[in-house]
Amino acid sequence: MKTRTAQAGVAAVALGAMLGAFAIGAPPASAQEDTKAEIERYREMLQDGNPAELTVLRGEGLWKEKRGPKNASLEQCDLGKGPGVVQGAYAELPRYFADVDAVMDAETRIVHCMVELQGFDRAEITKRPFSGSGQRATDIEALAAFVVEESRGVPVNVPQQHPKEVASYQRGERIFHYRGGPYDFSCASCHEGENKRIRLQDLPELTKQEPAQRAFTTWPAYRVSQGALRTMQWRMYDCFRQQRFPEMKFGSEASIDLITYLGVTAKGGKMDSPSIKR
Amino acid sequence: MHKAIGIGIAAALLAGFANATEPVTDADVVATMKASFRERGIAKMDRLEQSDLQKQCSTWSGKQLPPDVKASLEKAAMESIVYPADNDYLGDWKEGEKIAQSGRGFQFNDTEKTVAGGNCYACHELSKAEIAFGTIGPSLYNYGKLRGGPTESVLRYTWGRLWNSHAFAACNHMPRFGAAGILTEQQLKHVMALLLDPESPVNK
Repeated sequence: MKTRTAQAGVAAVALGAMLGAFAIGAPPASAQEDTKAEIERYREMLQDGNPAELTVLRGEGLWKEKRGPKNASLEQCDLGKGPGVVQGAYAELPRYFADVDAVMDAETRIVHCMVELQGFDRAEITKRPFSGSGQRATDIEALAAFVVEESRGVPVNVPQQHPKEVASYQRGERIFHYRGGPYDFSCASCHEGENKRIRLQDLPELTKQEPAQRAFTTWPAYRVSQGALRTMQWRMYDCFRQQRFPEMKFGSEASIDLITYLGVTAKGGKMDSPSIKR
Repeated sequence: MHKAIGIGIAAALLAGFANATEPVTDADVVATMKASFRERGIAKMDRLEQSDLQKQCSTWSGKQLPPDVKASLEKAAMESIVYPADNDYLGDWKEGEKIAQSGRGFQFNDTEKTVAGGNCYACHELSKAEIAFGTIGPSLYNYGKLRGGPTESVLRYTWGRLWNSHAFAACNHMPRFGAAGILTEQQLKHVMALLLDPESPVNK
């Protein structure tokens, strides 16, 4: 593991340098296919070492360490499969939790456990849930990385049994199509319809199973362009920034509903996260 | 006794059934949206208030727009178009190219002073020199050339399309660059030149 960690660190530095070169070197005007091939090659190289491995290790440490005002670990946290069961839990989230009578996603549930088991202050730990570019992952991000790693290879199976799980999906579908703001954008503006691209970035058609699977199973991810681990909550948050909406609250009902909608659509996809993205 | 239990079970089943299948309402969705965001900087909560256009286009998103809804939205959009008072439609294509490249403006981390761009390349191919273009909208390469240059009708149509695209295709995905106050009249003229000036790389 030590060697892997070191490799991941070296890979992160090398990738940073590569990305710089990639951004500065203007591609030749007539060579779109070359550019595409180049991007493909770059993506392949990214697979060799994922700096998120470091974050997973830190998350595992945070999970097991006695912390907070109650000096407790998170090892008794119930992520939906019973207290202490982490294996496979992420693939079945969001889900309904009777103790809070609400649907929660992985990150919201992690925060819930940090508050309930460890005695952390909710407002305090969710004030800055996302790290800045190139910064060390926040505790929530590191814990999410650890939890998702424990579902690698597990098929996505977000439940639709409890009425509140069904309602969450239904709202999620409606929110996906909710146009608003000065630009009239909704999630669907970019993520409905085949073979869409924004600039050179392919846009997954998230109303369809296969693209939804690819999306759901690969977040959280290490984003090379930001030098940081990014979670599903962050993905929602930053899409709405680009939609020109107000700021989405961490763990808000709309965020959980959208993740439920995506997760149910992505049923059967095999979790493969943390992944690495451009 | 048995009957009473039977009725009790039936009532419970009905309640469960109703609970499970009751569709979410518009009010549920709006309440969830309002509870899930906070204002930040220039992005106030009123951005979640939907106009009639936004409401209709959300309802029919991904579905066939009914002809009467389509006609009424297109009529309202057409009436919103403000044509340039000086009847001068074409600015400088070089400025237009800069506007087409810029995706800045109106995000919560922008300010009132941020000069917004049109971000045309995010969705459209324009000049051949820029290969990093999106495909959400159609290619606009040779836009002016293919339409026989900047005739009066082409000028008015193109201006209207930029001002409020819903006048011609209700519920399409293009922002209302004029009607929503995203670009200024002068900026729109520069984008018009990018599309229609025979010297613009779009028409080369």
